[in-house]
Amino acid sequence: MNFDPRFSGRKFTSVGTRPIRPDGIDKVTGRARYGADFNMAGQLVGRVLRSPHAHARIVKIDISKAEKLAGVKAVVTAADLPDLTDGDAAMYDVLDNCMARTKALYDGHAVAAVAAIDARTARQALKLIEIEYELLPHVTDVDEAAKHTAPLINDAIFTEGLEEKPVKPSNVTKRSQFGHGDVHQGFGHADFIVERSFKTEQTHQGYIEPHACVANFSSDGTADLWVCTQGHFVYRQHCAQLLGMEASKLRVTSSEIGGGFGGKTHVWAEPVALALSRKAGRPVKLVMTRDEVFRASGPTSATSIDVKIGARKDGTITAAEATLRYSCGPYAGSWAEIGAMTAFACYKLDNVKTVGYEVLVNRPKTAAYRAPSAPMAAFAVESAVDELAKKIGMDPVDFRIRNAAQEGTRSSYGPVYGPIGIGPTLEAVKSHPHMKAPLGKNQGRGMACGFWFNFGGQTCTDLNIGMDGSVSLAVGTVDVGGSRASLSLVAAEELGIDYSQVKAIVADTSSLGYNDMTDGSRGTFSSSMATISAARNAIKILRERAAQMWDIAVDDVVWEKGHAIAKGEKHGNLGKLSLKEIAVESGKTGGPIAGHSELVADGAGVSFATHICDIEVDPETGAARVIRYTVVQDAGKAVHPTYVEGQYQGGAAQGIGWALNEEYIYGKDGRLQNAGFLDYRIPVCSDLPMIDTQILEIPNPNHPYGVRGVGETSIVPPLAAIANAVSNAAGVRMTHIPMSPPRILAAIEAEREWSK
Amino acid sequence: MVEVTLWGSLAATAGGNSKVEIEAKDIRELFRKLAEQYPGIEPWIDRGIAVAIDGTIYRDTWSKELPEGAEIFLLPRLAGG
Repeated sequence: MNFDPRFSGRKFTSVGTRPIRPDGIDKVTGRARYGADFNMAGQLVGRVLRSPHAHARIVKIDISKAEKLAGVKAVVTAADLPDLTDGDAAMYDVLDNCMARTKALYDGHAVAAVAAIDARTARQALKLIEIEYELLPHVTDVDEAAKHTAPLINDAIFTEGLEEKPVKPSNVTKRSQFGHGDVHQGFGHADFIVERSFKTEQTHQGYIEPHACVANFSSDGTADLWVCTQGHFVYRQHCAQLLGMEASKLRVTSSEIGGGFGGKTHVWAEPVALALSRKAGRPVKLVMTRDEVFRASGPTSATSIDVKIGARKDGTITAAEATLRYSCGPYAGSWAEIGAMTAFACYKLDNVKTVGYEVLVNRPKTAAYRAPSAPMAAFAVESAVDELAKKIGMDPVDFRIRNAAQEGTRSSYGPVYGPIGIGPTLEAVKSHPHMKAPLGKNQGRGMACGFWFNFGGQTCTDLNIGMDGSVSLAVGTVDVGGSRASLSLVAAEELGIDYSQVKAIVADTSSLGYNDMTDGSRGTFSSSMATISAARNAIKILRERAAQMWDIAVDDVVWEKGHAIAKGEKHGNLGKLSLKEIAVESGKTGGPIAGHSELVADGAGVSFATHICDIEVDPETGAARVIRYTVVQDAGKAVHPTYVEGQYQGGAAQGIGWALNEEYIYGKDGRLQNAGFLDYRIPVCSDLPMIDTQILEIPNPNHPYGVRGVGETSIVPPLAAIANAVSNAAGVRMTHIPMSPPRILAAIEAEREWSK
Repeated sequence: MVEVTLWGSLAATAGGNSKVEIEAKDIRELFRKLAEQYPGIEPWIDRGIAVAIDGTIYRDTWSKELPEGAEIFLLPRLAGG
């Protein structure tokens, strides 16, 4: 990679402005094509049969009657998706999750699928598939599952990371530990200690668009997949591996995406659709229902977390410790590990220890959800931090400022920080008018901090200059939050042209080199770096072409504000050549002009946020309403501030739903009771106030413009900020998320009872 | 020679050492020599290890040089949303 990613401190013309997004009109007029909007001639309708049992051995599957039904073109089971993972345990889990093999591991686990000429026939065919199950004991609660007496979900799993190798299998798949110093000694120096246990329930990402795809397998062994995804290149790799194809023979095109939030980083139905198409010899469209989305696609972990923090009278934290148990669904994961890494990342601590336990349960396979695992850890830690500040008698913001990590601090997860923004976000909150606004009756204010790593990754971008001077930017990171607008601004900035001259598209997997998916808040960070590199490569060619047109040496040509300029007195009579003037002549100066870039965009800067929340609690019903909410977050550099603010507001809105209402509710039979938006309540517009935002810009030294990721950090503080606000409003510490009306009412009544 | 700090769980695969010294000029050589000296680390490298150099996390740039005296910290390679 011949590219210098270091922050240059340049002044911007286009970056930082707020033009209209290129995909906006199509989206508001209904013309944009989402996953389910793609259709092919002769396509079949795919439907999946799912286990109604939480845990059951599959004794026998008989598909013969379904296959004989008129209009049915293919029926697939695990036999049609054989294990080709070659010892790759993680991919085997993905395969088993797509189609159960020996056991159904949760209510909703796919066990068979059909492709038929219409939906009615497909549904009829599902009813004709006969499955004999042997029911097994199940466990859905994370604490229950971690007990030695719990039903075993996978008897081949022995806990990793223990000092002594276990002799018995367990639902606890892994123990991980982070920290430094001596917490025992640190607690010995504390004047005040807070020790509490917290729980959070499982939530779904709640994207509006269900999973949808069209798969078309050709008789020559190649295939196409049109799909709603956060990472079409990754989907290509995974689907090809599971179906035994060469990746190059599968072309994947990503549709517009109606929300992903981490849930569309994993394949679910796509390998099944491809298997159906391969068997039927026709295109197959597979769209999940909302019920299926809830029952079978990516919720986050349910958690159980113990926190202990000690501090001196002067407000200095002397030790901090947490034990975190995260549910993974029925397959091994590293969710508690991430929680253990992020839990205390906001603070400067001499003595800190976190231990994470990954726990198997009979629920859907846990998937990433926006800053995965961090919000739950932040809820527990920031609740305890607030309580400790109160105990000491300090303002909660001042207490956090006193203990905030800064450049040079050893992070709780290991490395020493470079320049970071936790201190500035806290200072901004301290002086924010929101903190001084009066509160009414039954109202409470809370605040909390949050951290997320942000990632980069493999990125490939093409920038083509048309003969009319227009610029086409082809990127491989799916646009989940307005990145086409942001990347167009970056191309305009580098080339020195107007934003309206640039059109960005998301290219398919056959048109561009490999790109990692849009996760880890990497879309704009990574692809802007690749766009800058591609634009600079194009400028090199533009200078060469201008030199040809002038018949002078290329070293005498510089690029300024969208024009080639001949420098030096000897060229004083030459006027400027615009990008368009050079492009028009390109056919006579060497052909098309383009810039390409392929790079690994590492060095994403960590990100911090601090949120303020005002809540009103109805003491009679326990209902809580957010009446004011403010997000302060470090963006590094906000390329398109409106979409940065949108990310801040979106994270807060999702966090509000998670904090107050959203929860997977399982019956004693292990079946999900609320697999629909009527019973699983996400916030709607009328539930939310206008969410105020403040963007801070502490440049990331590892990006030419200083960009950090912004998409995830905003969901980290809300659970804690809202819990602190509810606790202050209700006069009782809330320790269980979501704080739904019955839970708040029960806490208020228990407090009243205790006070008598 | 660089000093490399291993996170808690990884240290167990290096005989309980949380800090090891390795003669390596870049991340690629670091991983190769770690696997030679501590074979138990190899499956972890295959699964993915991130390297923090003076606080900046690198996940894929195996050509990244390890400056003399830099703080080198190995971390699990994490997923994002």
